[in-house]
Amino acid sequence: MLEVKNLFCERDERVLFGGLGFTVNRGEVLQIEGQNGSGKTTLLRILCGLTEAYEGDIFWQGRPIDEVREAFFHALLYVGHLAGVKAAMTAEENLAWMMRLDPMLNKYSIAEALDKVGLYGYEDVPCYALSAGQQRRVGLARLYLSTAPIWILDEPFTALDKKGVAEKEALIAEHVNSGGVVILTTHHNLQIPGKSIRYMNLDQQASAQ
Amino acid sequence: MSFLVAAIRRDLLLAFRRRNDIVNPLAFFLMVGVMFPLGVSPEASVLSALAPGVIWVAALLACLLSVDGIFRTDFDDGSLEQMLVSPQSLHQLVMAKVICHWLISGFCLAMISPLLAMMLFLPGEGVMPLVLSLLLGTPALSMFGAIGAALTVGLRKGGVLIALLVLPLYIPVLIFGSGTVQAGAMGLPIAGYLALLGAILVFSTLLSPFAIVAALKISVRS
Repeated sequence: MLEVKNLFCERDERVLFGGLGFTVNRGEVLQIEGQNGSGKTTLLRILCGLTEAYEGDIFWQGRPIDEVREAFFHALLYVGHLAGVKAAMTAEENLAWMMRLDPMLNKYSIAEALDKVGLYGYEDVPCYALSAGQQRRVGLARLYLSTAPIWILDEPFTALDKKGVAEKEALIAEHVNSGGVVILTTHHNLQIPGKSIRYMNLDQQASAQ
Repeated sequence: MSFLVAAIRRDLLLAFRRRNDIVNPLAFFLMVGVMFPLGVSPEASVLSALAPGVIWVAALLACLLSVDGIFRTDFDDGSLEQMLVSPQSLHQLVMAKVICHWLISGFCLAMISPLLAMMLFLPGEGVMPLVLSLLLGTPALSMFGAIGAALTVGLRKGGVLIALLVLPLYIPVLIFGSGTVQAGAMGLPIAGYLALLGAILVFSTLLSPFAIVAALKISVRS
């Protein structure tokens, strides 16, 4: 589905990675590893089109990504470092806006989604009054709602409790088992029953230069 | 409900939750009206001659003061990234943000401007031209301001840079805006001035959304 060829990126005169190539097919999980500052987030942002400081080719379903940007955005769910949750709005208002912005977030209604992320009863509380983990849950409600085929997740498990992590793992498993693609970075030891996870280590990429 | 309306509603909701965004420009505008007679002269003849220019400069600076916030919070909390990767039209999103900024700054300023006109002894015939010129001129200020805000949103301290970037674009609006009020106060026809302000508004509405979208992409992607 997504193919990357000969990707090169440098930041502040330092080569993050070069000659990077990989293909991700339906039903696959790609976990990107590397120490802090090794360019994991940069790589994900390049894939999403949020960073253009790179050289190389990215293909989405066999076509250069710049030509099919619109279709790619339709098929993409991106959850970044920053949750994209408005502190001044309530969880319910935040979800309503997310679903408006991304039509692929259509699996459940807002009330059902709030229930699923364990924020039932908190829907009228402004997000600044929620805990860090609860705010994160509002942002991650996207995982429950999304019917987009490709998920790009940057450290999705930060600030979540054990139960929350297990729930998100189950969602990822369900997504790949139904033919979706997940590309993520995490320091968590991800377990998906019946699927082998592909790993890519950016530290080795940099040292190979 | 179209996406444009939904986006305007969201931004207005956010503005009402953080009341500073609405109160600051208005408070600045009114303070100029209060301080100016104290600093210059309380005499009606002096003030009425200066009023058109002073009110317009105050309105322009009040708009400039709030323009930095158009994209700032969305950039800081990651909402802007989500907007850039969404399949929705960025053009509409940007228009919604500019319209919202105008509603909470320029529109409110135009509505309270008769009060300033009274405080600064603007002749009665000048009040209607003042309100009309502000209603036509301030949307263009929001449009131009948003270009500057989009270009500087990635910088930690963009405040002064915005002023440098957009002030040249503000000057024609200021000249024709205060010209409208001066002509109106002297009982001269104002249609020509209003037509020019309208032309600037049409020009900015047509072109600046493209510039804002491009600037946002540059700011986020760099």
